[in-house]
Amino acid sequence: MSKLTLKTEGDRWVVVTRRFAAPSETVFRAHTEPKLIQKWLLGPGGWTMPVCISEAKPGGKIRFEWSDGQGNGFHLTGEYVELDPFRRIVHVERMHLPDPTPDNQVETRFEPDGDGTLMTMRMTLPDAETRAAMLATGMDQGMEASYARLEEMVGAGEMAG
Amino acid sequence: MRGLDATFSALSDPTRRAILARLSLGEATVMELAQPFAMTQPAVSRHLKVLESAGLITRRIEGSKRPCRIAPHGIAELDAWLSQLKSALTRNYERLDQLLAEMTTEEER
Repeated sequence: MSKLTLKTEGDRWVVVTRRFAAPSETVFRAHTEPKLIQKWLLGPGGWTMPVCISEAKPGGKIRFEWSDGQGNGFHLTGEYVELDPFRRIVHVERMHLPDPTPDNQVETRFEPDGDGTLMTMRMTLPDAETRAAMLATGMDQGMEASYARLEEMVGAGEMAG
Repeated sequence: MRGLDATFSALSDPTRRAILARLSLGEATVMELAQPFAMTQPAVSRHLKVLESAGLITRRIEGSKRPCRIAPHGIAELDAWLSQLKSALTRNYERLDQLLAEMTTEEER
């Protein structure tokens, strides 16, 4: 039973919901304070975020730089648009792969839910070209897994044409 | 009208998803696909046949080559992207669960 739901809405949006066992103030802080963001927003195992700028105010800058420790990395830049402390964040972000992807408008809501918080994140769906570029980045654990599996299969002689 | 079943079973294989991700960057021949995947050409051809019969890729004839490209509409590529996004978010939020638990304990002290 996964706690995460992910749905597309129309042809423009992706809506993600997730429940957290902490008050909305704590979840909001974990989404906006650099020292906290660096601890969880990492992607595949082994990746780190050596640079994390998050100026949590309207017009404030966002910059995340990820690295796999082996010379591979990419970064994201963005700006905060609106912040309603502990309840809602609106920001714009783009990945640099290394060319910037089109702007992704993201709205994240945190609603008190019993003794926890229900998060709803609504983001713009990237166009086909951007998705392709994202699929091809090192953040692609699915690809990693396929390569690892391929290596196993090749090793096991399963691939004999 | 092809069934969704064919699409899903074609997409259920990580190797085929990886081939689609590669093709979403542009056309490629069997030889070009076989290289990064460290696979024999017949093995790649088998995967391509599955993808083709599911309507996810199209092939054209150019001399002795039959380059493949992703079929229009990019359903496959959208699905691949969404499933990747989902697994990345799942991992991140599991880490966030741990962090929140630590933060909540600290506040209670």
